[in-house]
Amino acid sequence: MSNVLEVRDLGINFGGLRAVDGLNIDVAPRQLYGLIGPNGAGKTTVFNMLTGVYEPSDGTIRLNGELLNGKKPHEIARMGISRTFQNIRLFRNLSVKENVLISLDTQVDYGLFSGIFKLPKSFKQEKAMEEEALELLKVFELDGYADTLACNLPYGKQRELEIVRALGTHPKLLLLDEPAAGMNPQETQNLMDAIQRLREKFAISVLLIEHDMKLVMGICEKITVINYGTLLACGTPQEIQNDPQVIKAYLGE
Amino acid sequence: MNKEFRKQLTIDLATVVIGYLVLGLLIRSGVINAYSKGILLMVCINVILTVSLNITSGFLGELALGHAGFMAIGAYVSALFTKSLNLIPLVEFPVAILLGGIAALIAGYIVSIPALRLRGDYLAIITLAAGEIIRNLLKNLDIVGGTKGYTGIPNYTSFTWAYLIAVICILASKSLIASRHGRAIISIREDEIAAEASGIDTNRYKIIGFVFSAFFAGVGGALYAHYLRFLQPGIFTLDKSIEILVMVVLGGMGSIRGSVISATILTVLPELLRGFSDYRMLVYSLVLILMMLAKHNDQLRALFDKALSSFRRKEAAHE
Repeated sequence: MSNVLEVRDLGINFGGLRAVDGLNIDVAPRQLYGLIGPNGAGKTTVFNMLTGVYEPSDGTIRLNGELLNGKKPHEIARMGISRTFQNIRLFRNLSVKENVLISLDTQVDYGLFSGIFKLPKSFKQEKAMEEEALELLKVFELDGYADTLACNLPYGKQRELEIVRALGTHPKLLLLDEPAAGMNPQETQNLMDAIQRLREKFAISVLLIEHDMKLVMGICEKITVINYGTLLACGTPQEIQNDPQVIKAYLGE
Repeated sequence: MNKEFRKQLTIDLATVVIGYLVLGLLIRSGVINAYSKGILLMVCINVILTVSLNITSGFLGELALGHAGFMAIGAYVSALFTKSLNLIPLVEFPVAILLGGIAALIAGYIVSIPALRLRGDYLAIITLAAGEIIRNLLKNLDIVGGTKGYTGIPNYTSFTWAYLIAVICILASKSLIASRHGRAIISIREDEIAAEASGIDTNRYKIIGFVFSAFFAGVGGALYAHYLRFLQPGIFTLDKSIEILVMVVLGGMGSIRGSVISATILTVLPELLRGFSDYRMLVYSLVLILMMLAKHNDQLRALFDKALSSFRRKEAAHE
């Protein structure tokens, strides 16, 4: 079966700095894929290239065979790559439900005219959106918070809401940037279960950046380690854990 | 149709009709004299300007300082139309208002193109410059009188027109904000990067916000022109834009109801302060500062919320 994501020889320059160089990543359907490496290795830069925030200087990114180079972030989101952010970016002064409704915008098409004059089409679609938003919130049992302002949610719940919002665009590939950052062991465990549940429920692939080795080694089926923007190792968790180079550069003796 | 929406709409329309009947009756019976009626018209016009500016400043979250410019375009275009043609007012005036709005909309679109690349302070400068460019162009246009002013504009702005159009502006703005387009506009204010990542075409929605706002500024300008009957580029300075912005800020960024209330208060207030003659603007500024302080006072706010919730409870008990 062909890969969901195919990244070939990806590279980017920031002025004279080669931040990422010659990176290859293949994510299979329904695969849980880990991207790890020391701080400053270029992991988030890779995410930013995958989602169109930065345009790669060289190399190609393909989603189900379609070339993503040069596409705008919102176009890529609609094509099927969705993401969360390292430092949470919610619509803070909007309710939990509205946060999800904004990404569900990708699923409806009523026009400006219909929206302002409140034609039946807009009502029908708004109702369907609302139902789906509540349905999605149930994934993390957030439906009870539907009308709470996003900024009033506890930290862990905010991280979960960001994932729910990312699911609103109906992605084929979900990018999670340090989803467990700042979570306690119990919350991390819940998150691990949730990610696996999501993958089954929505039949999506997940590519995640994480420093919590328990989480990465616990759920990822394949891992790529990068250092100074280049590939250090790629393989199953066992292979990575026993790789002398990875141990030296990142995991420690 | 949604039940809750229908109920809200009924309440809104009932308020609008009752408001119209009461004010109309007061004008008919002479309780509201010509002087007060003029203030009432200005209230309606300022409500339109404030609510429309709130779309860019409050909901889209961009500091726009060129509102007076768009207003000027609407005013001059509509005046040029009614002065050149001699149709019956009932036909001519709505067309003139619409033309004024559309002309401002086009100007808004042109300004929005460079504005898309900028945010915050830089965008404020761009919009300020746009407003000044428009004003200076008008100064040098002889067909509309240049600096001497444009006179002899027919007196078409009646209470009915001003009230009707203010209501249309409020309802259209509320409706826009409650739609998916409105949510997209608000998401840009909240976090532009996250909005893009959620599949929102932020450039498109910025343009929609700008253009919508400029359209109603033009409409407000058209009403203003046919109320004042005399136009001069000097009316539409940065001061005018700031005046409208103050109304938006006092009413609350992103609150349409707040905009209506503050536009009303800040239009009536200077008239009430006429007794202070020379010290009028001094007292006005003082009152403004006090109102801003009161708005951000937690104890006063709590008191207000308490009063409001007890009122709501009574209302619920009645049902």
